[in-house]
Amino acid sequence: MIDVQNLSKRYGGFTAVDDISFHVEPGRIVGFLGPNGAGKTTTMRVLTCFLPPSRGSVRIAGHDVLDDALAVKRAVGYLPETPPLYTDMPVDAYLRFVGEIKGVPAKELSGRVEYAMKRCALLDVRGKLIAKLSKGYRQRVGLAQALLHDPELLILDEPTSGLDPKQILETRDLIRELSGDHTIILSTHILPEVEQICQEVIIINKGRLVATDSVANLRNRLRGVDAISVEFFADGTTLETGAVEVELAKIPGLARVHFKEHRQGRLLFELEALPERQIRAAAASAIVGQGWQLYEMKSIAYSLEEVFLQVTGDAIAEGPDFDTGSPGDDPPGTMTEEEASDTPPSQEAREQ
Amino acid sequence: MRNILTIAAKELRSYFVSPIAYIILAVFALVFGIFFTVSVESFIRYVIAQGQMGGNVALDLHEALISRLMGTINTIGLFLVPMITMRLFAEEKRTGTIELLLTSPIRDYEIVLGKWLAAVAFYVALLAVSSLNFAVLLYFSNPEWKPILVAYLGLLLTGCATLALGTFVSTTTRNQIIAVAVTFFACLALWIADAVTVFGSGGWAEVVGYLSLISHFGEFSRGLLQAKDVVFFATFTFFWLFLSVRSLESLRWRS
Repeated sequence: MIDVQNLSKRYGGFTAVDDISFHVEPGRIVGFLGPNGAGKTTTMRVLTCFLPPSRGSVRIAGHDVLDDALAVKRAVGYLPETPPLYTDMPVDAYLRFVGEIKGVPAKELSGRVEYAMKRCALLDVRGKLIAKLSKGYRQRVGLAQALLHDPELLILDEPTSGLDPKQILETRDLIRELSGDHTIILSTHILPEVEQICQEVIIINKGRLVATDSVANLRNRLRGVDAISVEFFADGTTLETGAVEVELAKIPGLARVHFKEHRQGRLLFELEALPERQIRAAAASAIVGQGWQLYEMKSIAYSLEEVFLQVTGDAIAEGPDFDTGSPGDDPPGTMTEEEASDTPPSQEAREQ
Repeated sequence: MRNILTIAAKELRSYFVSPIAYIILAVFALVFGIFFTVSVESFIRYVIAQGQMGGNVALDLHEALISRLMGTINTIGLFLVPMITMRLFAEEKRTGTIELLLTSPIRDYEIVLGKWLAAVAFYVALLAVSSLNFAVLLYFSNPEWKPILVAYLGLLLTGCATLALGTFVSTTTRNQIIAVAVTFFACLALWIADAVTVFGSGGWAEVVGYLSLISHFGEFSRGLLQAKDVVFFATFTFFWLFLSVRSLESLRWRS
């Protein structure tokens, strides 16, 4: 479906995408993972014929983006990072317009518009001005717009960014539903999102391809080390961290124990297992065995930085890589926060 | 063709859902109405005064009144054209909807032509408003109607030309204020290009002077339909539309 060979894209002196090659089979959902400024949007814009490649070749559904742009555009539905909405139009009129310029035959137009609105749960706002819609609805209108002409390939640029957690879950469900009918490539800087929706992942950083892999493989690689955080307290007494640390260190299979913080009288520790070892059960019984009250135990969500370290080794993903993003990008800390907000679903996914 | 009409219809629709279309129409109707009333009144006074003095001046209604009013419409148009074209592309670039157009299976020239046609259609609506005034004139007097039609053709062609220039300017910026200002001053400069003959004569002055929109329009307003003026406006329009398409293409390479 997608065949990218040695793609490079330069803006003036700045190289946004540097010699990327990858291949996507029809019917797959592929996650395009990387920090902000990694070149995700640029790559997608090349795939959608919005930008021409500086070097290399890109073929979509057998058509070259330079030689046969119209055929490529017909085969692709694209949701840019900001949905391209005419806010002065009602939802249904907007979708009709999009259908017309996407070349949907007049006879099928009404049917396709209805289908897209139904699929994206827009029927109850069909006559409303887009300007009056909430951000979540706008994102859905953007999705409806992308799938209106029944494209073989859907390209979604950060489809969940800026949405609230409920909307994020709805959007992810919708994307999963759509995967039966379309090949989907979506970009994100949120790791759990890739784990949940995608079958394959393409990781890029600073315009370079870092890894392409199936999500299952990626997950295994990340699972190499089991890391959890535990929170507990003792009834009536105040625990002394030093002594507790000594006790925890006795857990079989433990590689590292790290005191994190006091939290309203409770202690928060991070425990990391030795490679290929599971320590959850042992940690739980150790804590309970001491007579402490276990308050919470959960997986530590990997931040994108850690993924890079794990997947690529220290050589490529050194710290400075993340500090030299173009100005205006979110600092790495933001990603971690977004990760944190995703913890419940991510944990779910981990425990499957 | 279907794509051009789709774009034009959408564009025309967004003119009329925003207040700008109504403001432009109202301002035009008011300003031209005032000019029209004042001109007609002073024309009548002049004729009466001539009659009282016993003079027997044969006044040509078209020459003395109508062609001047046509010039007035054209001048008001000079101020309104930049407002009609400012948002065509600047708005799409600002909001990012240009990404939708440029990733749709339509050609760049279809986008440009569609948008320009919508602007022309809106300009025709302005002309239609002005024609109400002439309808009154036709009801109470009997001027020749053929020169009026020729003058209207001149107005339309001038509009097509300046709207094409405005369309091009709109492709070069995402700021509508800049689009208005640049379009206005570019049109103004071309409007009065024949003023260079004040500063000198010779080949270059003749060439620059020939670009003057108003001197070509003058022939139409007098009721003269000449191929060279039609060709001038057609060429002028084509030139700016062509540059617009090129400018749109270049967005891909520059952005």
